[in-house]
Amino acid sequence: MATELNAFELNKEEIIANANTRGESEFLLGKRKEAVDKFDSLDMIKPDKTKVDKWDFFNVTSPVVESSTYNTLEELPEAVKGLIDLDNSKNIYVQHNNTPAFLRLDEDLKAKGVIAENIIDAANNHPELLEKYFMTEGVKIDENKLTAYHAALLNGGIFIYVPKDVHIEDPIQMVVLHDDKDASLFNHVLLVADEGSEVTYVENYFTNLESSTEKINIISEVIALNNSKITYGSVDFLPKEMTGYVNRRGVASDDANIDWALGLMNDSNIVYDNTTYLNGDRSESDLKIVTVGRGETKANFTTQIIHYGKDSNAHILKHGVMKDKATSIFNGVGYIKHGATRADAQQESRILMLSEKARGDANPILLIDEDDVTAGHAASVGRVDDLQLFYLMSRGIEKKEAERLVIHGFLDPVVKALPIESVRKQLKEIIELKVLS
Amino acid sequence: MASVLEIKNLHVEIDGKEILKGVDLTLKQGEIHAVMGPNGTGKSTLAQAIMGHPSYEVTEGEVLLDGENILEMEVDERAQAGLFLGMQYPSEISGVTNSDFLRSAINAQREEGDEINLMQFIKKLDKNMDYLEMDPDMATRYLNEGFSGGEKKRNEILQLMMLEPKFGILDEIDSGLDIDALRVVSEGINKLRGQEFGALIITHYQRLLNYVTPDVVHVMMRGKVVKSGGKELAERLESEGYDWIKEELGIDDETVNAEDK
Ligand SMILES: Nc1ncnc2c1ncn2[C@@H]1O[C@H](COP(=O)(O)OP(=O)(O)OP(=O)(O)O)[C@@H](O)[C@H]1O
Ligand SMILES: [Mg+2]
Repeated sequence: MATELNAFELNKEEIIANANTRGESEFLLGKRKEAVDKFDSLDMIKPDKTKVDKWDFFNVTSPVVESSTYNTLEELPEAVKGLIDLDNSKNIYVQHNNTPAFLRLDEDLKAKGVIAENIIDAANNHPELLEKYFMTEGVKIDENKLTAYHAALLNGGIFIYVPKDVHIEDPIQMVVLHDDKDASLFNHVLLVADEGSEVTYVENYFTNLESSTEKINIISEVIALNNSKITYGSVDFLPKEMTGYVNRRGVASDDANIDWALGLMNDSNIVYDNTTYLNGDRSESDLKIVTVGRGETKANFTTQIIHYGKDSNAHILKHGVMKDKATSIFNGVGYIKHGATRADAQQESRILMLSEKARGDANPILLIDEDDVTAGHAASVGRVDDLQLFYLMSRGIEKKEAERLVIHGFLDPVVKALPIESVRKQLKEIIELKVLS
Repeated sequence: MASVLEIKNLHVEIDGKEILKGVDLTLKQGEIHAVMGPNGTGKSTLAQAIMGHPSYEVTEGEVLLDGENILEMEVDERAQAGLFLGMQYPSEISGVTNSDFLRSAINAQREEGDEINLMQFIKKLDKNMDYLEMDPDMATRYLNEGFSGGEKKRNEILQLMMLEPKFGILDEIDSGLDIDALRVVSEGINKLRGQEFGALIITHYQRLLNYVTPDVVHVMMRGKVVKSGGKELAERLESEGYDWIKEELGIDDETVNAEDK
């Protein structure tokens, strides 16, 4: 199939007809039509240092699969329950493959006008908000072939709106359980924090499958209006042989803050694009990514922070562990546009190689069109330090355990930054599983 | 019964270059030996080779702990057998807290299922840190990361006190210490002193030995122990330097680079 990729033809009529049958909103239908119309003329993504021309991002078995719903959190599979603080979590949305399966939102928040619901319903219920923010300021439909394909096939995700000055104490969590090997994930997350508001959002992609040949095409648009603060955490764990594009985009206005803590633990081949626009003066973003590559997984982690606002600050920290024959490319871009005086762009990328056959490449890039700025980068690709192991072993700690300590220690700065205890615990367990496997 | 550490005719190479050229030394529990000698004469090499540092290759000789050759053991097994090396330059390990590390190290010495109880551990840690006048924050900081030179050395002694090995080899544990820290670290060593503990203390200065009186003092030159004596030997070195020994033994160049005559 790989050889026919360039010839991939979108079945436009079928996509629109299917959406019609599902009874989708005019709004979403309109977006799908726009996407299919533009699809042919758009360019494919070109991630730096990763050749994706043989990757099949397109062929899906089924645009939407039907899965069971849950009346209570108790009915969730045990593995999923572990991700959720069952007693205390007040705001939770569970998506089972492509099916909205459970939703709970604190009554107080509802009363304050907070919205959290699956994106397809939201397109019906809140057309004015989606009109304004869906694929307008963050990711555009016609940005590339995959963003258009995403809009055409969108089949899940969440819309969250936090009204002016509302501070949400308890996190809002989305859990996506992937347990049908025919399910492709075209999730869209649209998170809008209105002026002066605060919210913590955490998502978990969790699979119990060994492998699947379906597609992942996930877009998150994270919009922080003036003086708002968004903390975005994620632990992604999807199976091998899936192919995907995961685009998480932040847009920060004046005095707004977007912090990312992402545990990218997928065994799938994925191009991750994580870009934040610091449009506003004094806007800030702190981006932390941690990843463990194993098997023959290939991944490209491109992170960019683009400064337009004066006194905007960005800090990127990426730590990756590569074992077996895994390959990963870390591209980090700090881009300070003309006019962004006193902007500060810092980034650090570190890759720890655990095997001779693993590959890792860290490319820090600074693009600066303004004089009065500060910027810095550090990057390294290395192996576990023999002297560190010697030191630990000289205290009686076995070699395997010593390696484990060094690896966990290496990843800890990011793990620590994840906002929910149960999610941190899950990430640690996945790291353990992937490192020791 | 007191344990014995016997170093016999130890030859060690780094990158094909012979550094130790036949070291003999016997240390019994209950004793404290000082190892002195000019720079570059093989003192750290001796310490690292005993512990099993990966860059040092033993080409001849043996190191016996109660008759068992520890050179055949992995590094962690040597530690579990009762050896401890306080390093001249301790590693920094990011992301691993000092207390998590110490607990792993203590548990490594114990049988599975017999792990140290958390309360017991915390009590012991608090007590020892207090004794060493360490800031309680040090327990939750990452292992040696960003520690000052003196703080690292104190942390080595903390580990020594927590692990209570049969033998401690302390490589320039006094370097980089201020006057108060020197006293505190010495008190830590003296606290362990007794029938259950033996130490090989590598140092350049008498000031540590004023606090921790050695039973035996060895001088290393050219990768060998060239002279041994009582505590007065260290005192004489402090006042007169090494020239008299070199003269006495007819040595011009004391470093390991010198060819044996
Ligand atoms: N990797 C190496 N390659 C070559 N020579 C080395 C290497 N490492 C150590 N040496 C040499 O071995 C000799 C002994 O070093 P060692 O560290 O044991 O000395 P030391 O007695 O502890 O000195 P100091 O008092 O300065 O700590 C030195 O001359 C040193 O340069
Ligand atoms: Mg030395």
